[in-house]
Amino acid sequence: MNADRWTVAGRTFTSRLIVGTGKYKDFAENAAAVAASGAEIVTVAVRRVNVSDPSAPMLTDFIDPAKITYLPNTAGCFTADDAIRTLRLAREAGGWDLVKLEVLGEARTLYPDMRETLRATEILAKEGFLPMVYCVDDPIAAKQLEEAGAVAIMPLGAPIGSGLGIQNRVTIRLIVEGAKVPVLVDAGVGTASDAAVAMELGCDGVLMNTAIAEAKDPVRMARAMKLAVEAGRDAYLAGRMGTRKYADPSSPLAGLI
Amino acid sequence: MIGITLNGEPRRVAAGSIAALVEALGLPLAKVAVERNLEIVPRSTLGDVLLAEGDQLEIVHFVGGG
Repeated sequence: MNADRWTVAGRTFTSRLIVGTGKYKDFAENAAAVAASGAEIVTVAVRRVNVSDPSAPMLTDFIDPAKITYLPNTAGCFTADDAIRTLRLAREAGGWDLVKLEVLGEARTLYPDMRETLRATEILAKEGFLPMVYCVDDPIAAKQLEEAGAVAIMPLGAPIGSGLGIQNRVTIRLIVEGAKVPVLVDAGVGTASDAAVAMELGCDGVLMNTAIAEAKDPVRMARAMKLAVEAGRDAYLAGRMGTRKYADPSSPLAGLI
Repeated sequence: MIGITLNGEPRRVAAGSIAALVEALGLPLAKVAVERNLEIVPRSTLGDVLLAEGDQLEIVHFVGGG
């Protein structure tokens, strides 16, 4: 069972949980939550340095990029051009070509703009990037992204930061069944059972930020998510029982006194 | 001194290489990426590229994000 690993763009990981590094009280809590989650990949954002306070602590001082894979994202980008520009900088800052692409359509829902997302995926793939792509939970869009060069498909379970859980299990399952690249639910997880559901649907992994960062005890929730992802994965591999419309007794009927 | 735009703000800086500016700002060269006039400046050339009057410079790094 320990040999259950997954591979994205030729890189192999044991943990199927990817965690974000936003919204934490401080870097120390963030680092403790990452450790408790067992995550081997964290998402990070690319932003201007504070030139007026260069001594301000940096994320890299708390979460070592030599030990944890940094997955630069394009959160906050609303056009393909902005996202590509951000990732070119990210590649220069970190030297990594494995990136998370998200091109947002509007601030209210943070739903992805799929036309721009598809265009950005094509360009990034041509430039040698390995884009893991945040997208709508649409099996056709997922196929198109894969054809365009996405190395992983990352459909939303519910809007970013909403914690509403997986709203459409059917579309997530259809995406999993149709994909040749890893599928990870990205966004919408609120609590441990949501993560387990994603894994039971056959996803290769789950990406979350707010569900851990905004829990009252983020470190404990990080551990809960680790266990939920493992439990959901095992349940998927074990193959769940069929459902019945009516009861079926677990104790033998024969020999009843 | 020359006038450039650094991370969106006008600023007077000493003429010289981008690497010299980054170091003068007290930033770790290994942890930042630089874009000059919308073009990435590879880290290996930061010491060679000289700033020019009116340059638009972006210096970025990784921060927490989801």
